[in-house]
Amino acid sequence: MNGAAIGTGSLLIVSSLVFVALLFSWSQKLKLEKEIFIGAVRAVLQLVLVGYVLQYIFGLKSSAFTTLFVFFMVLNAAYNAASRGKNIKYGFLFSFVAIAVGAAVTLSVLVLSGAIMYTPSQIIPVSGMIVSNAMVALGLCYRQITADFKSRRDEVETRLALGADVLPASIDIIRDAIRTGMIPTIDSAKTVGIVSLPGMMTGLILAGTSPVQAVRYQIMVTFMLLSTTAISSFIACYLAYRSFYNGRKQLI
Amino acid sequence: MNQLEFCNVSYCPGGKKVLDAVSLAVAAGNYLAVTGPSGSGKSTFLRLCGCLASPTGGSILYDGVDMAGQDSVAVRRRIGFCFQTPILFGDTVEDNLIYPYYVRRQKVDRMRIVKLLELFNLGGQYLEFPVRNLSGGEKQRIALARALVFRPEILLLDEVTSALDEDNMQTVEQAVAGLHADGVTVIWVTHTPARSRGYADTLLTIENGCVVSQEALK
Repeated sequence: MNGAAIGTGSLLIVSSLVFVALLFSWSQKLKLEKEIFIGAVRAVLQLVLVGYVLQYIFGLKSSAFTTLFVFFMVLNAAYNAASRGKNIKYGFLFSFVAIAVGAAVTLSVLVLSGAIMYTPSQIIPVSGMIVSNAMVALGLCYRQITADFKSRRDEVETRLALGADVLPASIDIIRDAIRTGMIPTIDSAKTVGIVSLPGMMTGLILAGTSPVQAVRYQIMVTFMLLSTTAISSFIACYLAYRSFYNGRKQLI
Repeated sequence: MNQLEFCNVSYCPGGKKVLDAVSLAVAAGNYLAVTGPSGSGKSTFLRLCGCLASPTGGSILYDGVDMAGQDSVAVRRRIGFCFQTPILFGDTVEDNLIYPYYVRRQKVDRMRIVKLLELFNLGGQYLEFPVRNLSGGEKQRIALARALVFRPEILLLDEVTSALDEDNMQTVEQAVAGLHADGVTVIWVTHTPARSRGYADTLLTIENGCVVSQEALK
């Protein structure tokens, strides 16, 4: 193999880097030693577990199982995103629909265009990127929409009093929330390659793929993240805004 | 006929008593001044009238029909509401005055807008002014004009003159008196009841969420 392969010995030596973090925490009295230790142990256990699970699934080469795995990812991401908008009624359901539709549309384009194949080794890592990006975007959307409905309450009520229905009264807040969800992805698209060499590209290069080929994949990743974030943020915000009104179209 | 009728209305969101067993009737064309100490429930009373909140007990009848059974947006379109702190949106004054047309999907009547600006001592040239450059008094008068774009059946005013100087205060009082003379029902929450005596038909005093007096002035 042309690319990097980490041996167990090297990995053990690399583990000493955790002690660097522990040393800083201890010397600066940050009281983070326990957190760092738990974090490091969890990272190892989770990654080892997921490594074996993925190896098993990749070996199965089953489309149904791959789909089930992606479904499980979306379910978890929706649960996590919903926790950022606790006062949003049906937050979990809205997040699930938003992430699932965003991921489905993007994955369909990738598969139909021939950019990736519907095999576990391609669909699962790509879905992971898409779903986690959408999850973070939704978390930002929910935080923004919740904060805006609180801080811009007078503005919304003024619009309602002028005869606006709930959608026109909320449209500026909805748009701001969608924007907030999308901006990090747009910013990283603007700086990709200049400020950062993203994980996927770095991984491919380390594994021996030529940088020019790795760049093609990175372009695909950048575009797919943009599309998923836009779709998911749009759906989630348009579903969530009604949670801030009661059945009589009054702010709660 | 009573245009607005509060039947044993209470408002206790989250168990906190804001209005308690309020019963009163406002006849069509009446001019009601509402007064009382800060935090007594005056603004809440107005919000209930304007369908921005619903009673937690009792019912409010609008033209004899329970508001709870009516479409809130349709009810609000029959009522003009101006708040104590005016909120203008968009970039220019025009953006604000065309907003009521925009939400009703109706064609803008520019003549009507200019007339309303003139009613509040503001000329048509104000249409192009950016809202961020306006004084508090100008903002309040534009907010009033905006609330009147479609002639309301009931006009709800929440301490709208508190940021105005004497001249503009008189302009607003005269404009409202003109609307009242034209048949519009006015409910004006005010911290200067003495001034209202010159215009209002009834003076309502609210304290601790209860109506403590209802005095006929005319």
